[in-house]
Amino acid sequence: MTGLVLESVSVGGLHDVSLEVPGGQVVCLSGVSGTGKSRLLRAVADLEPHGGSISLNGAGQRDMLAHQWRSRVIMVPADSQWWFDEVGAHFALNADTRLPAALGFSPEVMTWSVSRLSSGERQRLALWRALALEPQALLLDEPTANLDDETTKAVEAWLLEEIRQRQIAALWVAHNPAQIQRVASAHYRIHGARLEPVHGSD
Amino acid sequence: MEVIDLAWWKLGLAALLTLALAVAGYLTRLGITRSLLIAAARTVIQLALIGLVLEALFASSAFYWIALLALIMLLVAGREVVARQSRRLRGWWAFGIGTGAMFVSSFTVTVLALTVVIGPEPWYAPQYAIPLLGMLLGNTMTGVSLALDRLNESVWRQRAVIENRLMLGQTWQLALEDIRREAMRSGMMPSINAMAAAGIVSLPGMMTGQILAGSPPALAVKYQILVMLIITASTGFGALMAVSWGGRRLFDERERLRLDRLMKP
Repeated sequence: MTGLVLESVSVGGLHDVSLEVPGGQVVCLSGVSGTGKSRLLRAVADLEPHGGSISLNGAGQRDMLAHQWRSRVIMVPADSQWWFDEVGAHFALNADTRLPAALGFSPEVMTWSVSRLSSGERQRLALWRALALEPQALLLDEPTANLDDETTKAVEAWLLEEIRQRQIAALWVAHNPAQIQRVASAHYRIHGARLEPVHGSD
Repeated sequence: MEVIDLAWWKLGLAALLTLALAVAGYLTRLGITRSLLIAAARTVIQLALIGLVLEALFASSAFYWIALLALIMLLVAGREVVARQSRRLRGWWAFGIGTGAMFVSSFTVTVLALTVVIGPEPWYAPQYAIPLLGMLLGNTMTGVSLALDRLNESVWRQRAVIENRLMLGQTWQLALEDIRREAMRSGMMPSINAMAAAGIVSLPGMMTGQILAGSPPALAVKYQILVMLIITASTGFGALMAVSWGGRRLFDERERLRLDRLMKP
């Protein structure tokens, strides 16, 4: 089985969550806040104790060391953290020369001080920081929450392009129905303790 | 040269000074009076008692009595390390890690200093062993508790950063790197500062005591250098072990940050 597979995963108030995210596709998760969307992503990243089993391209989460799993299945949290003074210090080698134009940064951004970044800039750079590590699966927690409409669409298009090209399995927490419509090949909504597939245009 | 004996009533004069400070603190509402008086009373009582114990110990010189006193000193130091951390590990971990680190470093350094460097006969002669262990244990206790307190507090404050680093596939050691460095520095600072200022700004207590007791300054200086070097080694190794064991305990076998293992202050 290729892609990211969750089998009867339980974490917090959620039970029996099963879903498949094939490589190169986006599966969206929605639900009112406090229902445990972020917690589910954290469980998939193995940052939270959880039940059930999770695998990526046939390899089980528990069959590899946790940091190996997390270097393949990278989560981008809603509020990204920056711990060095300079932006560039957070990136893998050579990430600055490959900085995608769609993000709207000049290469000098790598020499900027982190305190100078706006929340929208941090969010876009956090996405690039994760993608530059060449993950096989991405867990995105509201990746465009701090962006204006125009930037949101540009970032969305760039993310989709990368996801398709590199065959990344992406689990994407989103609120905006229009965005879900644009990016998702499948959509699940959290309802009580369960995950329910959403069909059609609702 | 004979040491001038100190009569107990003369100590009363010194106590009056502390009492005057307490009264001044009370009148100006500085809020230090209570803790000052309790600490002063503890000093007098504890030192008077240890004086009696040492008198008895020096008279008997039996190994098992010395070992028993060393064990009690270690356990009290372990309790003190726990008390000095505002966020500490749940269960026996806080006590176990602090006491274990102090035991391994202080006792090893003490035994090494006694057998290899000083060489009294027998090696555990209480006149040497107990004061040496006391100084090492006291300083190591400060270092270990500062390092652990800093470690737990920083991890608590920077949990989002640590988790974000884990999300990017970093090992727990790498995600904790900066915090470990800070915790080590915080534990080692008092020893490093003391060594840097020794002899210029301050005359260390042990050397002063030895000179007052009639030793030639050259000998007192040699002992003081020995003591400062081994204090730093003992503090450093103690803090090193405490920080690495404590850091390990904050993550589980899946390298998850486990803040539920820390108690609320």
